[in-house]
Amino acid sequence: MAISFTLNGKSQSVDVSPDMPLLWVLRDTLNMTGTKFGCGMALCGACTVHINGEATRSCITPVSSVAGKKVTTIEGLSADGSHPVQQAWMEEDVPQCGYCQSGQIMSAVALLSKKPNPTDADIDDAMSGNICRCGTYQRIRKAIHRAASMQGGKAHSAA
Amino acid sequence: MATASVVNRREFLKTGAAGGAALVICFHLSPSAFADQAQDQEQKPVNPFDAWVRITPDDRVTLVLGKSEMGQGVYTSLPMILAEELCVDWKQVHIEQAPTNPKIYDLGTGGSGSVKDSWLALRQAGAAAREMLITAAAKKWEVGTDTCKARNGYVVHGHPERSFRFGELVAEASQLPVPNLHTVPLKNPNDFTIVGHEVHRLDAASKSNGSAKFGIDSRVPGMLYAVIARCPVFEGKVASFDATKAKAVPGVRDVLEIKTSGRGASTSGGVVVLADNSWAAIQGRKALEVKWDEGAAANESSEELHKQFLENASKPGKALRNDGDADAALASASKKLEAVYELPFAAHVCMEPMNCTVHIQTDSAEAWVPTQGPQWAQGVIAEIAKLPPEKVIVHTTLMGGGFGRRYQADFVMEAAQVAKASGKPVMVLWTREDDMQHDFYRPASYHKLQGALDSEGKLAAWKHFQTSTSIAAKWSQKGADDPGLGEFGTGATIPYATPNIRVEYTLAHSSAPRAWWRSVEHSSSGFVMESFVDELAHSAGQDPLSFRLKLIGDSRKIPQFGEGPDYPPLDTARLKGVLQLAAEKAGWGKPLPKGEGRGIAAFYSFHSYVAAVAEVSANSGELKVKRLVCAVDCGRPVNPNGVRAQVESAAIYALTATVKDAITVERGRIVQANFNDYEMIRMNEAPPIEVHLVPSTEAPTGIGEPTVPVIAPAICNAIFNATGKRLRRLPIRVEDLA
Repeated sequence: MAISFTLNGKSQSVDVSPDMPLLWVLRDTLNMTGTKFGCGMALCGACTVHINGEATRSCITPVSSVAGKKVTTIEGLSADGSHPVQQAWMEEDVPQCGYCQSGQIMSAVALLSKKPNPTDADIDDAMSGNICRCGTYQRIRKAIHRAASMQGGKAHSAA
Repeated sequence: MATASVVNRREFLKTGAAGGAALVICFHLSPSAFADQAQDQEQKPVNPFDAWVRITPDDRVTLVLGKSEMGQGVYTSLPMILAEELCVDWKQVHIEQAPTNPKIYDLGTGGSGSVKDSWLALRQAGAAAREMLITAAAKKWEVGTDTCKARNGYVVHGHPERSFRFGELVAEASQLPVPNLHTVPLKNPNDFTIVGHEVHRLDAASKSNGSAKFGIDSRVPGMLYAVIARCPVFEGKVASFDATKAKAVPGVRDVLEIKTSGRGASTSGGVVVLADNSWAAIQGRKALEVKWDEGAAANESSEELHKQFLENASKPGKALRNDGDADAALASASKKLEAVYELPFAAHVCMEPMNCTVHIQTDSAEAWVPTQGPQWAQGVIAEIAKLPPEKVIVHTTLMGGGFGRRYQADFVMEAAQVAKASGKPVMVLWTREDDMQHDFYRPASYHKLQGALDSEGKLAAWKHFQTSTSIAAKWSQKGADDPGLGEFGTGATIPYATPNIRVEYTLAHSSAPRAWWRSVEHSSSGFVMESFVDELAHSAGQDPLSFRLKLIGDSRKIPQFGEGPDYPPLDTARLKGVLQLAAEKAGWGKPLPKGEGRGIAAFYSFHSYVAAVAEVSANSGELKVKRLVCAVDCGRPVNPNGVRAQVESAAIYALTATVKDAITVERGRIVQANFNDYEMIRMNEAPPIEVHLVPSTEAPTGIGEPTVPVIAPAICNAIFNATGKRLRRLPIRVEDLA
């Protein structure tokens, strides 16, 4: 049975098992590999996408539950990597291995859309669901503050 | 090498891990194949335009990477070295992963050796290419080469200046004879404009927009996704299986059994579920019914291993180092101290779980492998596919973490077996549980330290007994009879001056696979030695920093125990340098609020020197690491920003192993399975980390690993400073603070 949703601003329809997690639909069915598999249990945040603007772990989200909703992945954040959070990530040289960073960025964008000027405590709250085994936390924190100032304290929504 | 029978990681990499007679793995760690060839006067040196540098007529400069990128930043630091000597504009530079061709590239990536081992060879390659471009320009102008120079992607000449773009010269230049690499002029380091300067990572953009391709992102037309049911017990086998229910899962295409064996195997194979997508394969595995022959290891446990440790420690070990008479000095000492330390197994936990994609065809094979050892992967696939290695194309992909785990080829072996059995392109995908429970773990170890102080507070004796599960016993051809000095590494080279040193070892038995975890044996040696020195300082009633400086004493070079005369010695001046820098930057000696403490540790490993000062607040039931200040001497920093990033990274990695979970064994299997029971440091627990580099003109040395050994002792020493409680068992448990 086909399931339809909006993916990065375009309508998308997939014919897969309804209980298949969105993560695998994105990665294996649609070949959109920017969203990563890390744990399969919503423990690490590598699979974070936005569903109707909310940061969501796609590894435990059945694709049937996103029917009719708006899904944004790292590929849909900007056409050219120009989103302030992406720019800040590059300025601070955040990524090391880079594997978790799609999820980190999606969590950070969701945070900044709610709290355009987050405190360190806000960052702890919003980002502690995302594991980085390379330990880039300090740079992530700096990059979020940098993105906030680039956005001039205003919320910047994803595509 | 200490003795002919010890196999350490470096030697393993040199000799390869030959599992069977037919499996020939020829990767060198150092020096690179390029330098090897250059040294051979009989052989023509590799043309840099064939190997390292490609310039197209439109001036696009592509520098080829002979190492694997796992986050450590070689995609930036190595091109910096080439670009510097080549005299190109950094903005022109593009990078490309080298093909798996052992005749040219030295693709093994580990031992914190990429920059250290590539430094000279890449400078020579870049300089040779530059000189060839200059020669081509001089010919065109009909002037002497000494009147021309290269600058920012141009060769320039005369007043008023005329110039050729590199792109205009490359066709001619690449046909010229390659200069003698030993005499080709290298840049004066004072003229460096890229090396030693702040540059951004070249891979930051692709890792910020989702386009970076890791092994797990490999997609081949017609591919299937496979997950494997492996026996949870070490060395267990499949007894029988029923695939009926698994095959009924929508999307499952096939179920088959593979057997893996030999030195690189983590398991004996298992039952493979092949499906149209990863999810169907995972669901199919859940529906699979497998009976296991668990074998002899089913009785093993961490508790039983601890008993082995105690039993071993009750008797003397095999003496590996014996200077003077430590036992006599201990017997007659006015003040002596004994302490016991214990460390558990540790898992690598790369964020990208193990995976490998292989397609075997009649007369060739192709593979996409996130690997630190592509040549080993090539050899493994060639053996299984029954093809000559040159018929196996291995694409080295980006890795979502390596930390030593991806030097192994167990997952490659599995993928090649599945590809061969299925006849289709296949990705073997490990789940997080597979990854955590079928790792090659950092050995568990137990240490008894004894020290004696004379009446002046000098170190009269140092004795270190260790029993552990041993990496060498797992990997060396001599098997269990072989462990020893390799389990100590720099732990047998003691910077604290004493006439009496004794180092003893006893092997403990375990079937749990062991191998190289970030910083390998140094992670244990650093914790043990730097904790014990702190205990000695307290016993002597002295400040831990000044006690260390006093015991290190005069500046001198201490030969690495067990190594030959060409091996770089431990330079105590540099060790003191990082201790003093870390202490100064951390405000050592300044008062702290009640309940807070400061601890220091320094260690030499991978030819680099790192010291750390930890600041903690600790009381019963709570520990907070508030700040880590690190000082590093890794020679000339090629990419200072990258060096800082690696120190930050290694500090968090080590902090996780210090305060989070242990890998434990029950009934012959690993207990921990995912991030709920093997937790990682997260944003809310990550302390600020300050990194200070010692300015240096020495050749660059390792940086990916050497911070790991100092973090646990700095933290435990800080806890002692705050609370008076000495923690000697890792990881730290909250109840230990009570």
